[in-house]
Amino acid sequence: MYTEMILDYYKFPRNFGTLEKADIKSRDTNPLCGDEIEFQINLDENKKVKEVKYSGKGCAISQAAASMLTELMQGKTVDELKKISKGDIYDLLGITLSPVRVKCALLGLKVMKIGVYTYLSEEIKLDEDEK
Amino acid sequence: MDVDAIREDFPILKKRVHGKKLVYLDNAATTQKPKQVIEAIKEFYSDYNANVQRGVYEISEKATELYEGGRESVAKFINATSSKEIIFVRNATEAINLVANAWAKKNIGKDDEIIISIMEHHSNFVPWQQLAIENNAKIKVVGVDPEGHFKFDEYESLLSDKTKLVAITHVSNVLGTITPVKEIVKKAHEKGAMTLVDGAQSVPHIPVDVQQIGCDFLAFSGHKMLAPTGIGILYGKKEILEKMDPFLKGGDMIKEVHLDSTRWNELPWKFEAGTPNIEGGITMKVAIDYLNRIGMPNIREHEKKLTKYALDAFANTKGIDVYGPRNVEEKGGVVSFNVQQIHPHDLASILDEEGIAIRSGHHCAQPLMENLGLVAASRASFYLYNKEEEIDILINSLKKARKVFRLE
Repeated sequence: MYTEMILDYYKFPRNFGTLEKADIKSRDTNPLCGDEIEFQINLDENKKVKEVKYSGKGCAISQAAASMLTELMQGKTVDELKKISKGDIYDLLGITLSPVRVKCALLGLKVMKIGVYTYLSEEIKLDEDEK
Repeated sequence: MDVDAIREDFPILKKRVHGKKLVYLDNAATTQKPKQVIEAIKEFYSDYNANVQRGVYEISEKATELYEGGRESVAKFINATSSKEIIFVRNATEAINLVANAWAKKNIGKDDEIIISIMEHHSNFVPWQQLAIENNAKIKVVGVDPEGHFKFDEYESLLSDKTKLVAITHVSNVLGTITPVKEIVKKAHEKGAMTLVDGAQSVPHIPVDVQQIGCDFLAFSGHKMLAPTGIGILYGKKEILEKMDPFLKGGDMIKEVHLDSTRWNELPWKFEAGTPNIEGGITMKVAIDYLNRIGMPNIREHEKKLTKYALDAFANTKGIDVYGPRNVEEKGGVVSFNVQQIHPHDLASILDEEGIAIRSGHHCAQPLMENLGLVAASRASFYLYNKEEEIDILINSLKKARKVFRLE
């Protein structure tokens, strides 16, 4: 489960940090392990992702998945961000997860979606696993 | 104490997980069940399943007799003066909630104080926190020293005429710290305060005598001492229980019901509304008989040996932080630790692949974790069937985890 790639993203996270000013900002925790992730996103004039940073602390799975997600988000419109699914995250990680660890993997996705839906002032729609 | 013979009684210990022998080191969460307990559950449902206290027919009378026999057995096990002092509930959490609702709500008021310790499990923390909010009372928290010992001086300084309740764990589920409950109770009583001991991690592992401790209430769970889940115990001094109103209302807990009034049943049934966990009550005796046959002092010695072995092994392994007292005389069979630079959840996943079951997370003790400056920790906890070679397997797997994370 701890592939070279996951460990690489864990130890050398891409897009880790914070933005000076962000259009979208959201944060949540996994009550099971206390993992926490914050997403900060800046959009360009076409409502496409210009910059995205994540920060937080937690296990290799939650942190690597969040980092991989930030790369997937580049250049996407907010509507496209809403369409990123848990399947996309599993594809990025490339491993099979036990039900408990699924929560770790999907924490970043959940936080990103909370931010996007809040930005759009829409009711948040999450998959069962992302709740 | 013949551990190999004991292991023969636990069918699950022969199971394999991910192709590896199960190494079960999460006994502070719940313990495995011996075949004697499993058989007794089967026997109840196969031979004499009936509701208790009511039926005037043979199998109901037998079920009632054995259910009440479970209560007698619990009373003797903790040296209560009478089985009337043993209330069957779902678990230690419900036992504490019973006291919070049926005693504390009425007796703890504005500006009164409740003393707890920073080591409390959420079950002995949240009920008091919420009661304090509702009744405008105050919570005072006794801290621990850097090694995790209960700060007795601080406790004495917090005690005052305003103290109405002292609710303290006997053994910390994270640090393993054994608290001086007898002295804690004595000091509380000098101030006229009521005392509750959370015995969830002590009653299954060390000899506990309520008369010697002198506490007013003791709460613990059956499933942490070989019995099934869903049966817990509240011990309370008879004279206190008698003055308390019921917690839940309904069937079984009444003596007479009229259209406009009800007379409560006698102790202990006053606190047991509705059909109880009959198999749980019955098998409490089977579990206790099992523990008594091995001998509680022997179980304690065995766990001390395992804990010392584990502490020494951790000390000799690179990159591991251990929390809690180092002296096994002051510690139950619980060792919490972190492998540096590996999150406990990642560690637990790697250990799972090796067939090892340990706990990772905040252990339902977030105030303590915050106090220790930790988000999460791993915990190995032992019982009568664990062996030193299982600790060897754990240590080897920790080394393996360090390799997976490229730390060696």
